[in-house]
Amino acid sequence: MTELIFFTNQVVISGLVLGCIYALGAIGITLVFGILRFAHFAHSELMTGGAFIAFLLASLFAAWGIVTPIPTGFVVLPIAMVLAAILALGIDKGFYAPLRKRGAKPVTLLIASIGVTLMIQGLIRLFFGAGSYSFFETEPKEVFRMDMTSIGSTRPLVITEPQVLMILVTLVSVLALHFFLTRSRLGKAMRAMADNADLAQVSGINTALVVRVTWIIAGALGCMAGTMLALDVTLKPDLAFNIILPIFAAAIVGGLGQAYGAIAGGLLIGFAETLAVFNWTMLLRPLNAILPDWMQLPPTLALVPTEYKLTVAFVILVVTLLVRPTGIFKGASS
Amino acid sequence: MPLIELKHVVGGYGGAPILNGVNIAIEKSDIGVIVGPNGAGKSTTLKAIFGLLKVTGGTIDFGGENIANSLPDKLVPKGLSFVPQEKNVFTSMSVEENLEMGAFTRTDDFSSTMEWVYEMFPVLREKRRQPAGELSGGQRQMVAMGRALMSKPTLLMLDEPSAGLSPRYVIEIFETIQRVNKEGVGILMVEQNARQALAFASKGFVLASGQNRFTGTGAELIADPEVAKSFLGAEP
Amino acid sequence: MIQRSLTLFGGLFVLILLMGWVMGAPFTSSRLVEAAAYALIALGLNIQWGYGGLFNFGIMGFLMVGGAAVTFISYPVNPVFWGSEGPAMLGRALLAFAGGALIVLAARKADRIGITGKWKAALTVLAWFVAYVLYRSQLDPAAAYIESAAGGGWVGGLGGHPILGWVFGGILAAGIAYVVGKICLGLRTDYLAIATIGISEIIRALIKNMDWLTRGTLTVSPIPWPTPLPQDFQAGGMNIATSLLAARAGYLLLALVVLGVVLWLISRAYAGPWGRMMRAIRDNHIAATSMGKNVTARQLEIFVFGSVLMGIGGAMLVSFVQIFDPSSYQPINHTFLIWVMVIVGGAGNNWGALFGAVLLWLIWVVSEPLSKAVFEFVSTWSTQFGWGAIPEIEARSAQMRVFVLGLVITIALRFAPKGLIPEVVKRES
Repeated sequence: MTELIFFTNQVVISGLVLGCIYALGAIGITLVFGILRFAHFAHSELMTGGAFIAFLLASLFAAWGIVTPIPTGFVVLPIAMVLAAILALGIDKGFYAPLRKRGAKPVTLLIASIGVTLMIQGLIRLFFGAGSYSFFETEPKEVFRMDMTSIGSTRPLVITEPQVLMILVTLVSVLALHFFLTRSRLGKAMRAMADNADLAQVSGINTALVVRVTWIIAGALGCMAGTMLALDVTLKPDLAFNIILPIFAAAIVGGLGQAYGAIAGGLLIGFAETLAVFNWTMLLRPLNAILPDWMQLPPTLALVPTEYKLTVAFVILVVTLLVRPTGIFKGASS
Repeated sequence: MPLIELKHVVGGYGGAPILNGVNIAIEKSDIGVIVGPNGAGKSTTLKAIFGLLKVTGGTIDFGGENIANSLPDKLVPKGLSFVPQEKNVFTSMSVEENLEMGAFTRTDDFSSTMEWVYEMFPVLREKRRQPAGELSGGQRQMVAMGRALMSKPTLLMLDEPSAGLSPRYVIEIFETIQRVNKEGVGILMVEQNARQALAFASKGFVLASGQNRFTGTGAELIADPEVAKSFLGAEP
Repeated sequence: MIQRSLTLFGGLFVLILLMGWVMGAPFTSSRLVEAAAYALIALGLNIQWGYGGLFNFGIMGFLMVGGAAVTFISYPVNPVFWGSEGPAMLGRALLAFAGGALIVLAARKADRIGITGKWKAALTVLAWFVAYVLYRSQLDPAAAYIESAAGGGWVGGLGGHPILGWVFGGILAAGIAYVVGKICLGLRTDYLAIATIGISEIIRALIKNMDWLTRGTLTVSPIPWPTPLPQDFQAGGMNIATSLLAARAGYLLLALVVLGVVLWLISRAYAGPWGRMMRAIRDNHIAATSMGKNVTARQLEIFVFGSVLMGIGGAMLVSFVQIFDPSSYQPINHTFLIWVMVIVGGAGNNWGALFGAVLLWLIWVVSEPLSKAVFEFVSTWSTQFGWGAIPEIEARSAQMRVFVLGLVITIALRFAPKGLIPEVVKRES
């Protein structure tokens, strides 16, 4: 049983946490792609920027002496999301909308998004330096250790408070997004525009409004993903820039333009990364007792060494692009 | 006063104008059919009315005002509706959602309109939960028309509604169009099946090189030997 | 058009003189050598993007490959490795690799013996897995052994001439570009961007972590120069400042010769039938296909050729700084910077790419000292007003260049989308 708990700690929980972050990031990318038809690289900066906004708010709360029962990062999240949504709208108005108006090709917008990435990243580094920050400098990060001796495990089940909240918050947001997309008029209009932008316009759908809503959702969810990542590890200027490719991989694997695909893709990539570097010997060690001497398991038996963890996502991405470029949920193909 | 009146409309996609003075007038009770050779500017005329390309000259009067260069999200609430020729349904969305999208500009309760559309196209009621992409060509055309009717238009414009349909469906679609017209919706359509369409058209417009060549009732145009010879092809 | 180019290049020349005057000749000469290498890389991208319309976001990977290649060829031989078990173990790993490749190939031909559909797919996946395990089972012990003291730490170099290393860098880049191109060129533009960026990250991870081959984060230095080093001039009795200049001038000359030859070759090719075909393919993919042109083969050609220039340029950079440090490679500095060079300069125009490369490299290197000066100025000002000084000026100004780069590209896209020296559109008769 000890091994199973170890597996749960190492793979199930961390894979789920990573998958949630990837999924939230990938939803934004996939929605922007669906509506505006370009790969928005600066999404990483919406995430990092959102996390820094949340961090500033949390610091303000701490400075005002406000004590919250759950980590302050989660308390300020709604305000940070609103601000991040405004940031996303501003970026669109300042940089992408003029290019769209000119009728620029998606590739030009893609390159522009690289420019935006560089600018925001430069600004963040300018103000915050290159170091890392923690949300838990003024408050403790609570770690739950659940005793599992009752089921015969010598190890406890370990999960941190932010991780529990993170999984809950993701679940709630995904459900909210689902209801928005399938029940609300605007959500349906968003799906319609992703499906067929020309027809959406002809139907009288206010496409400019849909574009705005898309940026609001992308910015808000990006902020959520970035803040949660920063709560789980630490906050640094290249926080999300380093994981933008796994997030793109998640969006593509799920099928670009498909919100549900992005969620599935995010979880898939998250678990794949965690499983690929998992040391199977830890799980299979009891087998050593029954295996003959020459077949004893080596001390580490992982599919790929830990330093190649991020590479797993790229390999999945490349294989997906080759075998099924539309993704598992059949995204935009043309 | 006509429902819609185009006077000397000139327009194009930025380069040389494709329309060089088109005149069209339709009453609410009319079925207007635009025919003509390829590249005559038939579809372009509909797109010009609907603000999808730049109108540089002339006026488009609809409901007492010049609507030239207005965008669809302003035109649909005014009672104008358009069914494009291709890709005219949201393939990933259910039939019912397609219809709802047609009512996007409406803020009132549109359930009675949906009921009206379902009565007109009973087959759509059966398939209302199915993605529109899974339907046959004729059924898709019904979804497209249903979607356009959801905004309760006073003028419905159709771009080659019979394109790509089997003869049986062509007849059905044309019958439906006449039924819609009887319910009080003016029709302006572009058709390749010119002879068949002019047969029930109350107004016919023959365009060539972006200009009116002949204008008359459908029956007059069919009877005109010159129109028949140059634009309608041989007797079927 | 010609006049505009001349004015711009004249302005660039004045800028270089100004920089030499303010920052000093040794600093400026170094930056010029680097600019020449970047110009070569930018030409490579200009061929791929400007000529062929191929979106390569994996430039960093090709630069690293070039750097690793020149390190391998020109670094002195490591006798400990060659005298140890290492070579034999690597040989076995290579055999295992070949064996694995055979297994995969066999599985892909499984339909010949009647295994098709899902079964074949499953068999292929299994074959990949077996091949991977087989290769890892031989490589891992070999790598661990070589990285130990007994194995010599790493394989070392071959002690060849650095120019050979540049050539090898080009060849290696070509090989990788061929494989990448075969895999990815069929993809649409944005997928191609993400796929190439992914592949370059895989290359980076490999080079960074294969310590036995590249020494990874331990870095390799000093890597020899193809031209005499400053130390060589000093041995001849020259003072330090002059020797630095003389050595860099020599290197710059060599770099310019390479650049000149490449520029001449591609200008000739582009003016000829090959270039016409390339433009036809880029501007109208479908028409070119229907005219019976083998579009995919031509695109592969152009992708490989552009990557060769990137490999050589990457090798030149590493030779010049004399150190190969895989962790110093960043997508911002080594992929996006090149893109900004080509876009700002003028995609599709070699002179534009050249101009953009030199201009952007200079902007890139001066934006740090420049912003430092600005910060210090503002800081003294704000202190006088009693607002306090700006903290950590050094660290902050180092980050300014990233912002400046982003600003330059967004401004260029908005106001000069065709670049400063745009492509000359020839009317084909």
